[in-house]
Amino acid sequence: MRIFDFLRNGRNKANASLAKERLQIVVAHQRREAGRPPYFASLQRDLLEVVRRYVTVDDSAVKVDVEHLGDCDILELNITLPDQPAAGARG
Amino acid sequence: MARIIVTTSGKGGVGKTTTSAAFGTGLALRGHKTVVIDFDVGLRNLDLIMGVERRVVYDFVNVIHGEAQLNQALIRDKRVDGLAILAASQTRDKDALNLEGVQRVLEELAREFDYIVCDSPAGIEKGAHLAMYFADEAIVVTNPEVSSVRDSDRILGLLASKTRAAEQGGRVREHLVVTRYSPKRVGKGEMLSLDDMGDILGIPLLGVIPESPSVLAASNSGTPVILDQASDAAQAYADTVARFLGEEKPLRFITEERGLLRRLFGARA
Repeated sequence: MRIFDFLRNGRNKANASLAKERLQIVVAHQRREAGRPPYFASLQRDLLEVVRRYVTVDDSAVKVDVEHLGDCDILELNITLPDQPAAGARG
Repeated sequence: MARIIVTTSGKGGVGKTTTSAAFGTGLALRGHKTVVIDFDVGLRNLDLIMGVERRVVYDFVNVIHGEAQLNQALIRDKRVDGLAILAASQTRDKDALNLEGVQRVLEELAREFDYIVCDSPAGIEKGAHLAMYFADEAIVVTNPEVSSVRDSDRILGLLASKTRAAEQGGRVREHLVVTRYSPKRVGKGEMLSLDDMGDILGIPLLGVIPESPSVLAASNSGTPVILDQASDAAQAYADTVARFLGEEKPLRFITEERGLLRRLFGARA
């Protein structure tokens, strides 16, 4: 019976640690969001709109982040352009 | 100077009201004049958990709107000296509360009581915001379960930004109280452990209340569970209150109870 107990325990261990892993990810995301200024969502949307006037990119192409370093807040802007911008551009 | 404590969790049904009732009663048992206020306007339950539902004539909303004096609305507990309850309104909605009114009532209560326990409604809406806004301390009630832990983390974010203490550049002192903990299930790896929860939430652990049939029994009879002194949950709450008051108390009820056979024959039986 021991071997079966071991198997069951093994599976359940994964169970609680799976919960912990998922929580760590979701909580990290939540805290990042909470640390952002209120205008953040609209800033991201407007930036995406501007980029799209020139190239076709999907929603994940513009990444905006705020980092707190001591007294300083750093706005980090990351735009991923497609490999061949000319080919992707429309209008 | 009265201390204002908010009992909060974000998620519903994790034991906020049970904890407010037990904790408030525990403080009063230790000789501190304590009032417990129900902020769940429209869905009041603290009166029921504390067994005073038939004595509610005026409530918190009546006092805020000047329809009753504070003394008419305060229900003095008949079992424990120095304990009082301020019930929520059952007929009004959450808009019946406002920041100025809440502040005025808290200031008046602070003249008589040492501790003011604010029992927050679930969620992050107006009622929850008002319950936490003036707090000096927060008891974050959390079950060892993913949605409860996530919501508690969300509440911690709000405590750090949307409270008077935070706005004045200070901090609400946060305490984690884990409820419905089952050491047996943690041992089997089925349930998040205290360490897991501590790692994720990152606030000091004030108490652990084991999953216990005495909690339901206490709510059935309208007795704060801490008064059922023979029960594990009552002892765990009493320890929690003692730690809050600065005493050193080792955690209890956090390892698996072993039956007689197991104890006699070792780990496996």
